[in-house]
Amino acid sequence: MFRLPLGDYFDYLVHWLQDHGETVFDGIKDSGMWVIEHLEDILLFLPWWLLVIIFIALGYFLSGKKLAILSGLGLCLIYSLDLWEETIETLSLVFTATFLALIIGIPLGIWIAKNNTAEKIIQPILDFMQTMPAFVYLIPAVMFFGLGKMPGAIATIIFAMPPVVRLTNLGIRQVPEDVIEAAVSFGSTSDQMLIKVQLPLAMPTILTGINQTIMLSLSMVVISAMIGARGLGEVVLNGVTQMQIGKGFEGGIAVVIFAIILDRLTQSIGKSKTRKRKA
Amino acid sequence: MPKVEVKNLYKIYGSKPLKALDMVKNGISKDELLGKTGNGIGINNANFVIEEGEIFVIMGLSGSGKSTIIRCLNRLIEPTAGEIIIDGENLCTCNKDKLLEIRRKKITMVFQHFALLPHRTVAENAAFGLEIQNMSKEQRKEKAYEALAMVGLKGYEESYPSELSGGMQQRVGLARALATDADILLMDEAFSALDPLIRKEMQDELMELQASMKKTIVFITHDLDEALKIGDRIAIMKEGVVVQVGTPEDILDNPADEYVSTFTKDVNRTKVLSAAAVMKKPDYVVTRKDGIHMAVRKMKDASISSIFVISKEKMLLGLVTIDSAIEAIKKGETELTSLLIQDFDRTSPDTSLEELLPIAIRTKYPIAVVDEQNKLLGIIVRVTVLAGIAGEEIENV
Repeated sequence: MFRLPLGDYFDYLVHWLQDHGETVFDGIKDSGMWVIEHLEDILLFLPWWLLVIIFIALGYFLSGKKLAILSGLGLCLIYSLDLWEETIETLSLVFTATFLALIIGIPLGIWIAKNNTAEKIIQPILDFMQTMPAFVYLIPAVMFFGLGKMPGAIATIIFAMPPVVRLTNLGIRQVPEDVIEAAVSFGSTSDQMLIKVQLPLAMPTILTGINQTIMLSLSMVVISAMIGARGLGEVVLNGVTQMQIGKGFEGGIAVVIFAIILDRLTQSIGKSKTRKRKA
Repeated sequence: MPKVEVKNLYKIYGSKPLKALDMVKNGISKDELLGKTGNGIGINNANFVIEEGEIFVIMGLSGSGKSTIIRCLNRLIEPTAGEIIIDGENLCTCNKDKLLEIRRKKITMVFQHFALLPHRTVAENAAFGLEIQNMSKEQRKEKAYEALAMVGLKGYEESYPSELSGGMQQRVGLARALATDADILLMDEAFSALDPLIRKEMQDELMELQASMKKTIVFITHDLDEALKIGDRIAIMKEGVVVQVGTPEDILDNPADEYVSTFTKDVNRTKVLSAAAVMKKPDYVVTRKDGIHMAVRKMKDASISSIFVISKEKMLLGLVTIDSAIEAIKKGETELTSLLIQDFDRTSPDTSLEELLPIAIRTKYPIAVVDEQNKLLGIIVRVTVLAGIAGEEIENV
């Protein structure tokens, strides 16, 4: 029976890119690493309690007492588990990856919202990015960028970007037709339409997308410990590979706490905006 | 020159509209076209003019093409063929910049479901059109506040639309349209989403505003009562075709075809017809100088029992009855002034028959139709009111 050598083609493609795109990949790697490492240095330079206070304050102002207490207790627990440094590593990787995913994802979402052909082409690619098992990204990422944090960040960006693209697209497309008509009838240009009407009305949906992207980043950052991205994922990975159930559990708990805090914080950004509108 | 002139306007929906257009021009029916090519007819050869300062109502049931036609007037929908001439310029052929300019300065629109921006305050919403024109912040705030005061929303400037009732939200929509000072106002079923009481209130207020603004208003509605109430002229549409254009009285009295007459059959004529439409010319009146004898003679000639007395400038002075006049002659008086009575009813020319009816039934004297300066314009007696309701020609009575 004929077997389509799809894997071989992909192999070939990756090798070709490796041979011809070395300078490009090195450039990306160096600049990416610079950002991640400096962010890490800054966060680690701050005393741990100051960071905890910052999170408590964020929680208080964005949401209220509950979230402030949750953030405070959660982060103190992580510190007491002696996982602070790993958490900071994970945090800076999540930050960098999310930031880049948003920088690419939001404009992409706007573009496909305004262009039906682009939407038809991009949608299946997004499906592909989201449903491909996350581990698969790790291999080419390692081949292009070597082991370490940068391939982790790249794999994370690819894996975490689809939600913000999709929800930006959805948010803009959901703006009521008559509001669009009103804006046109008063003589809006398409830029004015985007800035004054579409983006503000789509904002709650876009914020949901950003929230989802952050959550996916976190889960992928943990997985990319397998290619040496360190952080909390490494603690869990060690726990699994060395059969240290207790240690693995501690790492897992830290990830969960961290995820909940990030989730509630980003969700409340959206809510506080809507509340202002109704007040 | 008319403000807006629509000539041979067509809108065909679907792919390859130009091919379908030829078939439509050759008289293919809506269903036939849909079956053959899949195209739909939005507007089929519409022709009408809209004069400066009038309220032009386009009325039709859903699917009649009225919403399509109003959207062609600012090219929210591109017409397939035809001309729309606004102040002598063809809207259909103008370029993008010119179109933006026209939308910003000349034509503005009010929407059925308000179409406000929920994240902006009422004032920011009202200023939207000005913001698009890059007007400075202070200037547009001032204008927005002015427009909001005009529609009765003083004090709500810093609220959000979600805090207002439907009627108030539509006032914001109206203020947003008025703030740009455009002279053509398109209103797409602007009051249809409001409940009946608020709706009536808004209609009254629109007419009041219009009396001072003198804008050219194109008003879309599916409600004939609304059309008859606020329209100076009405166009009735059916399946993309403009069936009849005329004044409310025209539409009621001479419906162009069966379709229009089925609409008008149930109309309450007393609401539509005004005092001006049924009053008689004041042929039999006397001036103060004429004296009592002249008054008595005129009353006898016309077989009436009372007569209005006016000044040289046609100002209404009062009413004299035949009984008091004969009495006075017996006493040898000649001056009319002492006989004048004032306890008859006066009304303005735009009072509806509905309001006149109870007065006509109660009063024993004719009703005087006067303008704001108290000038006598016409006379209404009980029988003219009844004839008007019955829809008969007054002259035949």
